[in-house]
Amino acid sequence: MSESNNELEENPSVGVPAPEGPSDLIDTDYVIGQDNVTATKFGMDLDLHGKVFTISALVILFFVILTLALQDSVAPVFDGMRVWLTSNMAWFFLLSANIFVLLAVALIFTPLGRVRIGGAHASPDFSYGGWFAMLFAAGMGIGLMFYGVSEPITHFGTALGGTTVEDGVRTDWAPLGAAGGDEQAAVSLGMAATIFHWGLHPWGIYAVVALALALFSFNKGLPLTMRSVFYPLLGERVWGWPGHVIDILAVFATLFGLATSLGLGAQQATAGLEYLFGIPAGDTTMVLLIMGITAVALLSVMLGVDKGVQRLSQLNMGLAFLLLAFVVVVGPTLLIATGFFEYLLAYVTHLPALSNPFGREDANFTQGWTAFYWAWWISWSPFVGMFIARVSRGRTVREFLIAVLVIPTLISVLWMTALGGTAIEQFLGEGFTGVREAALELKLFVMLGELPLTAITSFVGIFLVIVFFVTSSDSGSLVIDSITAGGKVDAPKPQRMFWAIIEGAIAIALLLGGGLGALQAASISTGLPFTLVLLVACYAVIRGLMSEPRAT
Amino acid sequence: MFKKILVPVDLAHLEAIGRSLTASADLARHYGSEVCYLGVTTSTPGSAARSPEEYEQRLREFAEQQAKVHGQAVRVHCVNSPDPVADLDDVLLKAIKETDTDLVVMSTHLPKHLDAVIPAHGGKVAAHTDVSVFLVRPEDHSA
Repeated sequence: MSESNNELEENPSVGVPAPEGPSDLIDTDYVIGQDNVTATKFGMDLDLHGKVFTISALVILFFVILTLALQDSVAPVFDGMRVWLTSNMAWFFLLSANIFVLLAVALIFTPLGRVRIGGAHASPDFSYGGWFAMLFAAGMGIGLMFYGVSEPITHFGTALGGTTVEDGVRTDWAPLGAAGGDEQAAVSLGMAATIFHWGLHPWGIYAVVALALALFSFNKGLPLTMRSVFYPLLGERVWGWPGHVIDILAVFATLFGLATSLGLGAQQATAGLEYLFGIPAGDTTMVLLIMGITAVALLSVMLGVDKGVQRLSQLNMGLAFLLLAFVVVVGPTLLIATGFFEYLLAYVTHLPALSNPFGREDANFTQGWTAFYWAWWISWSPFVGMFIARVSRGRTVREFLIAVLVIPTLISVLWMTALGGTAIEQFLGEGFTGVREAALELKLFVMLGELPLTAITSFVGIFLVIVFFVTSSDSGSLVIDSITAGGKVDAPKPQRMFWAIIEGAIAIALLLGGGLGALQAASISTGLPFTLVLLVACYAVIRGLMSEPRAT
Repeated sequence: MFKKILVPVDLAHLEAIGRSLTASADLARHYGSEVCYLGVTTSTPGSAARSPEEYEQRLREFAEQQAKVHGQAVRVHCVNSPDPVADLDDVLLKAIKETDTDLVVMSTHLPKHLDAVIPAHGGKVAAHTDVSVFLVRPEDHSA
């Protein structure tokens, strides 16, 4: 065996990380994949967690077929569900999100922050640069394309419009107490409200989920699925039904959270295609577009992480950065530069009021915007969390939390300031009302229309939306496949392809059966049970961290 | 004739590669070749091991066992891949170069319809390397 030692000394880079040092491994008899069903059907190899896969797949298929068959009668159901959930449960979403942020921030300052992910002597798999880029990539998505212009200008508009009260109830959509008639106050309130939805709260949620997954997988040696996080509470029972239920909830949340993004992307891309090329935007175009994009996503799934999603993400990062740089340079550069700090300050100032879950008067804003966002982020969290977890091995908890909370938040602020700030300036400085009046999905293109090189930038915009669609669908399929394969990341490819197709199908079904309202209803209703799961996970994370040896 | 034989092994599915292990052991004895066992793992816990270090340790133990069977020198080669299913072909081709192999003995399944979409690793590796490749198929041809 001396031969093999020589080989390693000669070739230290061959995938063998340094010794990982002590960590508190959980001693369980569970073998990853022991409950899996392996079979060869229709010439395809399968390796699935029998119960989690079967139940998730059947319920989802049933849902898609039912929604497509009863398009007209499901729309009111979705709408009723959304209204009920947001009006009655808004406080719960707001309160839970605050808890996640507080936990993430508090952990930075406790001795638990010294715990290292992957064992006391683990070394990071990626350089700071590569790691930051990937955190950024996870945070950038269709949402930033869809809401980058539309959200700041909408909040600015409603805030400027002031409050309107009918029968003692506020009917306006302005955040907090609005800023009727005061342009500067409306700008800072609008930007603060936007940054609030894209800042610490979403990243606090992601950070908690990612930390939980990374800790129980890399330090405790359990499979990379949601159920592992509950080991301190449930013990060996996590491998049974309680664990199955947690994983199934994670699958539903991820699928519907993804479908919401995909639906938004499809709407924006069709709107953009009509705006730019005059291709009629209708259900047919949208359905064809989703099918086409899903086909590209399948190709990317087949190529794998390295050649598929990673290359597309790099392409997207490059293009998104170019678009951002273009808007900064061609748009009101000085205003964006000063705005970045101004709006950040406005965010900090308004943060306590915006995140208060109780006794809010701005019901439309908290229920229609904030509660929807929080539910959406929570339903995305297994997906983003698993991705962040996988790239963060070797970081200390403190390093991890600072990076995950701060860097993506700052990038979101810059993005919103550049795109939204430019649109607001077009309105305030040039009196251009086009962006304010355009439909949500068109606002980006109308804003770009006022800048030079419109045809190119709008095309880049549409292209970005489509590629984000592909990368989200591809990486989403990977995550869902790993959950439904009992934590295996090396399950056969046809399973991933199945989930990629299902994601497109859900997006189509929801768009046809009620449009954006249905998408929102779906992500809110799957986000709700998963919020409960995450609140319990907070306790498990603390328990798990306390048993880990701390670096000195 | 063959100095170094590369044998890709899947520690989680040892039952599926029994025939390629036997074939490689017989060839190694016959030609007095060194056998290098190649394992591909992920940094996340899997069914064979909970960390890359544990995987490598298990692969070494496995190689020592095999050395007792065929009595030839053994080595191990561990590769860490984020997406082993998709990257396997590239990992194999790279390992062939790095280990200076002149024969690959690997298990493969029978040709089937889906191969047009998802080709078998064995065939793909054979098509992209200049060293000899011995594809070992399962015994029962109806399977």
